[in-house]
Amino acid sequence: MEIANSFFNLGYLDSLSYKKSFIHRLDPRIKTIVTLTFVVTVVSFPQKELSGLLSFFIYPVFIIALAEIPLGFILKKLVIVSPFVLMVAIFNPFLDKTPVMELYGITITTGWISFLSIIVKFILTISAALLLIATTSFVGICEGLSRMRVPEVFVVQLMLLYRYIFVLVEEALRMVRARDSRSFGKKGRGIKTFINLAGILLVRTIHRADRIYSAMLSRGYSGTIPQKRTHRIRTKEVFYLIIWVGLFILFRKYNLSLAIGQLF
Amino acid sequence: MSHHIIEFKDVSFVYPDGTEALKDVSFRVVHGEAVAIVGPNGAGKTTLLMLMNGLILPTSGEVLVGEVPVTKKTLPEIRRKVGVVMQNPDDQLFMPTVGEDVAFGPINMGLPEEMVIERVDEALKKVGCLHLKDRPPHRLSGGQKKAVAIAGVLAMKPDILVMDEPSAGLDPRARKALINLLKTFHHSKIIASHDLDLVLELCPRCIVLNSGQVLADGKARDLLLDEKLIDRAGLELPLCVQNSGTQT
Ligand SMILES: Nc1ncnc2c1ncn2[C@@H]1O[C@H](COP(=O)(O)OP(=O)(O)OP(=O)(O)O)[C@@H](O)[C@H]1O
Ligand SMILES: [Mg+2]
Repeated sequence: MEIANSFFNLGYLDSLSYKKSFIHRLDPRIKTIVTLTFVVTVVSFPQKELSGLLSFFIYPVFIIALAEIPLGFILKKLVIVSPFVLMVAIFNPFLDKTPVMELYGITITTGWISFLSIIVKFILTISAALLLIATTSFVGICEGLSRMRVPEVFVVQLMLLYRYIFVLVEEALRMVRARDSRSFGKKGRGIKTFINLAGILLVRTIHRADRIYSAMLSRGYSGTIPQKRTHRIRTKEVFYLIIWVGLFILFRKYNLSLAIGQLF
Repeated sequence: MSHHIIEFKDVSFVYPDGTEALKDVSFRVVHGEAVAIVGPNGAGKTTLLMLMNGLILPTSGEVLVGEVPVTKKTLPEIRRKVGVVMQNPDDQLFMPTVGEDVAFGPINMGLPEEMVIERVDEALKKVGCLHLKDRPPHRLSGGQKKAVAIAGVLAMKPDILVMDEPSAGLDPRARKALINLLKTFHHSKIIASHDLDLVLELCPRCIVLNSGQVLADGKARDLLLDEKLIDRAGLELPLCVQNSGTQT
């Protein structure tokens, strides 16, 4: 596991999802729907809107607190993806120089506002998605999907992907290590060996797929994989869903952070 | 109890690429027998085991399980009778959790839910892994994976248990536990292994395979201690004999 960890940090995200908090125990379907509504409402904000978005931070903060997800981990992930978003957003301030207001002598332009708006939207949506994964075991997500009538082929694909990505990453890293330990710091004679390694990995994977299929047949596989059905949506969870969706719509319609700001 | 019999009649198998993996193999395993298949790498052990539950079908000759020939038509019946534990447990544990994986076979057999749960718990208890039921397989040690893979097959209550390299990758204690577990399985057992000491402990009978042919078939005690034969089969004497040999 330690190998997979150093590569994608998958192992850590995976281990978070086995905790047992209130959030973890919620039905995966409920969490998925809440996350989706969250993302859609956040994204639907107009480009030049900034203050209205701030109320939405309540959701990730709530989840992080209740599910005991280390804040540092989420922040680190956000930093890793941030260059891409900066690339997308960075042109706004240069393209749109209409001034909106003056703060301590600095002119703030619409461009800067939409730049910040993109960044905030990005922080919100990515952290919501990460938090969904960190609080829902993969089994749960698969179960949720299959019960929301996603075709079985996709669910089974996902399931097997999740099961074997760890095996595959380990195999790849073993091969890379074997190469490095025999190439004396010269990166194993460049691209040629790399292509060879990739080829071998592909062949091995095909063989493995063959053996897995054999194992499935040996145990009576006949085209359908039994899906677990353990969760049942409780009324408590329906309330959870209604409250969040209601709040998101409220935040979207009324700029609460501005209203609260004006109270003081 | 004729259904615990496996018979090979002049079986040959050629892989699609032309490799002749088995040549005219014939033998018969009767009810309750424990038989070891030994031979060096590439001897054809895995190929032989795959023929037993119809993962591959013979190029020529016939495989019978309890008087029923293994053909495309009889596969579901054959696979219910013959439980195969593969060489690499990672290939066998494909479900997201241990419990679901062990349940895979029984569910496919069409058992009702309560019975599936009962079988899963029983099989996991037998291999001492009940506490791992909700774990995903990628968070198990090698020995635990092996044990769970065996549970997955035991849960189907096969008449004949077939295992490929059961002790590979196990530490001495896990290996000992495995041997004790296999001793409790009283139906027919067929075990392919390089671990000749394990063979001596578990299997009274032994079939020696080399380059796809049966070199010898008889009492394990006699065959595995026959230095000439062992050498001809490209194997090494069991450690227990080697050690006592150096002492005297
Ligand atoms: N899928 C395949 N395609 C072509 N040839 C194969 C295939 N699988 C095995 N063989 C060949 O068939 C022969 C028997 O292989 P088999 O896997 O049965 O040996 P084995 O006795 O199980 O060896 P080991 O002890 O290494 O597991 C070998 O020569 C091998 O190279
Ligand atoms: Mg083999």
